[in-house]
Amino acid sequence: MTQPLISVRNLSKHFTMDRDLLGRTTSVLKAVDDLSFDIYPGETFGLVGESGCGKTTVGKLLVDLYTPTAGEILYNGEDLARLKPKERRRYCRDIQLIFQDPYASLNPRMTVDDIISEPIRVNRLQPPEKIDDRVGYLLNAVGLSANYRNRFPHEFSGGQRQRIGIARALAMEPKLIVCDEPVSALDVSIQAQVLNLLDDLSEEFGLTYLFIAHGLNVVKHISDRVGVMYLGKLVELAPKRELYRNPLHPYTKALLSAIPVTNPALRTERILLEGDVTSPIDPKPGCRFASRCYAKGECLGCDCDVEMPPLAEVSPEHFVACYLHPGV
Amino acid sequence: MTTQDTGTIMSSPAGAAALGPLDACGAQPIILDVRGLSTEFVMKRGTVRAVRDVSFTVREGEVLAIVGESGSGKSVAALSAMRLLQSPGRVAAGEVVYRGKDLLSLSAREMRDIRGNHISMIFQEPMTSLNPVFTIEDQLTESIRTHLKLDKKAATARAIEMLRLVGIPSPEKRVKDYPHQMSGGMRQRVMTAMALSCEPDLLIADEPTTALDVTIQAQILALLADLRKKFGMAVILITHDLGVVAESADRVVVMYCGQVVEEACAADLFEQPLHPYTLGLLESIPGMDETESDEPLYMIRGMVPNPLNLPTGCAFAPRCDYRTEQCVREMPPLVERADGRKLRCFVDVTDTAPTPVAGEVAE
Repeated sequence: MTQPLISVRNLSKHFTMDRDLLGRTTSVLKAVDDLSFDIYPGETFGLVGESGCGKTTVGKLLVDLYTPTAGEILYNGEDLARLKPKERRRYCRDIQLIFQDPYASLNPRMTVDDIISEPIRVNRLQPPEKIDDRVGYLLNAVGLSANYRNRFPHEFSGGQRQRIGIARALAMEPKLIVCDEPVSALDVSIQAQVLNLLDDLSEEFGLTYLFIAHGLNVVKHISDRVGVMYLGKLVELAPKRELYRNPLHPYTKALLSAIPVTNPALRTERILLEGDVTSPIDPKPGCRFASRCYAKGECLGCDCDVEMPPLAEVSPEHFVACYLHPGV
Repeated sequence: MTTQDTGTIMSSPAGAAALGPLDACGAQPIILDVRGLSTEFVMKRGTVRAVRDVSFTVREGEVLAIVGESGSGKSVAALSAMRLLQSPGRVAAGEVVYRGKDLLSLSAREMRDIRGNHISMIFQEPMTSLNPVFTIEDQLTESIRTHLKLDKKAATARAIEMLRLVGIPSPEKRVKDYPHQMSGGMRQRVMTAMALSCEPDLLIADEPTTALDVTIQAQILALLADLRKKFGMAVILITHDLGVVAESADRVVVMYCGQVVEEACAADLFEQPLHPYTLGLLESIPGMDETESDEPLYMIRGMVPNPLNLPTGCAFAPRCDYRTEQCVREMPPLVERADGRKLRCFVDVTDTAPTPVAGEVAE
């Protein structure tokens, strides 16, 4: 088997919410808690979950915007935390990020040309006389005319701005792009355009994606493997076909059944979860999903309230963290 | 598959969890009749005609979905009907007849009696539609006291009853909360409780679930279905999510650039969409079906035209794979077909092969 491009091992990110008089931590928000997964070169790894489940934090940890509380990120087998400054800069170049909100992620006072050429110039990726050509090439690659280079972001629609954001990420010649909800702010017809573009670019530039989204149909379309997160934990991980055909975790089942579908023939029994997502601040011991789980207590002798079930492989490449499944 | 499929709580077939379409689409008496509604925004740069000659009817107890992308005029149409437009918006033409009364010609006082009492509205953003400096109790009892003429104590009791109805746990306590103490789903429930507290005849729900997570969306849709059955009210559901429409609506109006382009019973629309725009929208949703093709998604090319500078012919023609010379030259009228469906298109999509529009995708 090929070596993973990125290996995440027992990664945690905790935020201190409150301290006592002596400065000791009394309240912790566990945004990401003991997460492990691999991303292989050329694949699209989808990460789904509801708001507040920590999926964006995972993305930010990967692009080195956050320092992990515990655990490690291995890039081509090397631990990110132990990289020398020069290697670390190379890492930051190789891993790029596309943001959710195309209205907030472009500087309104810079032209498209400035936005895309700045990273090239700063990192000396091209000799100065070739930067212009490169910007034109990148704009064409994302489906924009090179004539737009002197315009400002406000002159573009949401879909076009997202394309500019993609061109800016591509300018760094990345290996992996973390796409943080890249289409959820866009209209349906524009979503399809951007998804197709991302698909084309992955072939053209040999890219690997970590695709973060809450829309399960979007993730299904673009991903090869999908991880489902709930309150900082990975609860299920499988190749997409397997996950959508045979979801095992009660939360994944509820999530899949909650998607409204247009074809009446495809409607399934809907599982309605009670209550809201519980708070990730000072979580109780036990399975994070236990308070909303409709299958809790269905297996004898497993203590959902005592210990979080570990993520275990129940069939080849299909991992699930639930006591209902043998092997956990 | 093991036992957990038969979930112990509230598990129900998707059809019942949704608003539960009526059997006969369009058979009940009409309660709201919007005729030739046009709304303009007059600005320095020109006039935006956000709603152009829109007509639709709402029948007793039915769910009418208005579908369209951002900027299609669906929310503005609803706000115009409720007379909640803000300057520089103004209704340029048309009438909105509610049970024999033209809402657009009522006095402000008469209109206030209609709003909340007979027709009420749920707004899109549960985060911004509640007043942050008043408690839930203050905000809920205001309309109850105005319309139902109850005293303070009775109004509070009613507010608590409504909160319980929309599924907020321990409502006696939560009624004293401020909006920021609640999650998005809870705030949307409070908005719903507020809208339903005077048992309206017609509820206008403007993207009621757009800001919510899918599992919470499913809860709110099931709640609306349930309450609709209880109160027998009609609902105008404004949304861009065709999945929500398919599961909830009896009839559907599709809007594009301020115009109605297609109107049909939901079942017919999803079985065979007739307007190329509807067809494109349906096909561009990444599928959840088993076919699992890795083919690129169908996409509607280009983007919505600038509302200050609409094409002379059909507004959708520049992006349409079925367009003809005629489409570019003249605007197709909205025609009622023999089967009762309405369509604004010269082309029969069931009988024509599409020829993809050439040109730059993002132009």
